[in-house]
Amino acid sequence: MRPMLSAYTDFIRIRFLTMLAYRVNYYSGILIYMLNIGVYYFTWQAIYGGKGEIGGFTASQMTTYVAVSWMARAFYFNNLDREIATDIRDGSIAIQFIRPYNYLFVKMMQGFGEGLFRFLLFMIPGMALALLLFPVKLPSDPVAWIGFLVMLFFSFLINSQLNILTGLAAFFVENNDGLMRMKRVVVDLFSGLVIPISLFPGWLSGIMQWLPFQAITYLPGSVFTGRTKGTGILDVFGIQLLWFFGLLLPIYLMWRAARKRLFVQGG
Amino acid sequence: MYYIGLVFEYLKNYMKTRLTYRADFWVEVISDLMTQATNLVFIFVVFGHTDSLGGWSEAEVIFVYGFFMVPYGLFSCFVNLWNFGDRYIVKGEMDRILTRPAYNLFQIFLENVDPPSLIGSLIGVVIMIASGGQLGLEFMWWHIPVMLLFSVSAMLIYSGVYITLTSVSFYSDSPTGIIPLLYNIQNYGRYPVTIYNRFIQVLLTWILPFAFVGVYPASLFLGRTEMFHMAWLTPVMGGVFLAIGVVSWNIGVKRYRGAGS
Repeated sequence: MRPMLSAYTDFIRIRFLTMLAYRVNYYSGILIYMLNIGVYYFTWQAIYGGKGEIGGFTASQMTTYVAVSWMARAFYFNNLDREIATDIRDGSIAIQFIRPYNYLFVKMMQGFGEGLFRFLLFMIPGMALALLLFPVKLPSDPVAWIGFLVMLFFSFLINSQLNILTGLAAFFVENNDGLMRMKRVVVDLFSGLVIPISLFPGWLSGIMQWLPFQAITYLPGSVFTGRTKGTGILDVFGIQLLWFFGLLLPIYLMWRAARKRLFVQGG
Repeated sequence: MYYIGLVFEYLKNYMKTRLTYRADFWVEVISDLMTQATNLVFIFVVFGHTDSLGGWSEAEVIFVYGFFMVPYGLFSCFVNLWNFGDRYIVKGEMDRILTRPAYNLFQIFLENVDPPSLIGSLIGVVIMIASGGQLGLEFMWWHIPVMLLFSVSAMLIYSGVYITLTSVSFYSDSPTGIIPLLYNIQNYGRYPVTIYNRFIQVLLTWILPFAFVGVYPASLFLGRTEMFHMAWLTPVMGGVFLAIGVVSWNIGVKRYRGAGS
């Protein structure tokens, strides 16, 4: 058990170091994320005009929400879907099958190594810069901070689970590029990154409450902006936990079905 | 002539591979359409809470979106560089390209041609007709040639920006590059840029000129006189950015050393 565990933690360390080697990319990433926040900040300013509150958000809460949502994305975003799809398409997955570890668990560890890098060198400096550029209000309640950070970790887990599912789809359709593009847009919209869920028309937000995407951005964002407080934090965290465990089942089933139908294309 | 012949040969090949994986074709078409639909949802939700965005009505913003879909469809069909770094640099397929007589960038475009994306362009035209009708826009004969000119120019702007950024992969051996990070920014030229502050406006106009793939050219058909002069700049910007793209590409290719393995 001991050596096995350290094999897995090595994957975290190696990915972290690899990311560190390419850190220059992420300095430009911080600027690009500032631009994203800026565009949505000005768009919401134009939408609010003189209005006091939209969908339960004041204009100032919206600014904080936009900033924290984008910076959370800077942390939880990864390309596990693309990595898995590439492994499947070029056939290197066959070698992964015979290695003495669980492939998906290794991917998750690599994703976590990347996440750790993104948290320390992308999200935290990005958030500091956002505080300087935009009127963002940090929560004063320590409970909100703890709640947010724990939920942020689960955002990463749930987003990675969805990425794994999308990546594994390459077993069933030979070319899943379109599917991956769609997943990216769907996650950005339905997670509440570009529009908070409470602003959607009733029927649509009703549907979204039954989908896993809101657990990625909207729920942690609500804790950070102070719209969800006290025991309410436990409730929304419960939703995240349910999705985390709920998504394990389709991954398991898909992985099992995939192993049976693997055929390697080409050479 | 030689190049036109190549286009047909590659398309023939494309059809053959596609017919092998027929189900994929539909998965791709449907997922592309869903992607566009989710973008429209943003516009609908925003206008559920306000009547105007910086003085632009819902139908006008949707018209701009329809216009954007036309050059975007053309671009995704003919200039697909998504996997360039991975496939051609890391895996070394560029070696194969460079040993052939045709211009290397042209070969790469043809190898990655993606005709299903053109369905998006068609839907863009339908959206423009529908929202134009809603706005009571009068149709004139010159709309068609100008629309073609602007769509192709806008596509060239897109191509120029992405070729320039992709040619960075000749210098850095990073696996992904910064292109995925830019993915969201290309959307911002579809909204009235006047709602942004000066810095973002300048950026979207002159540096990453995505406003020329959306709101500026579309303003001509909407009769928004305040942006007419920008609309007519679209073909100029198309030429300039394509030139920047091709020049930086050619410089980059000279540095290509092949993958080590």
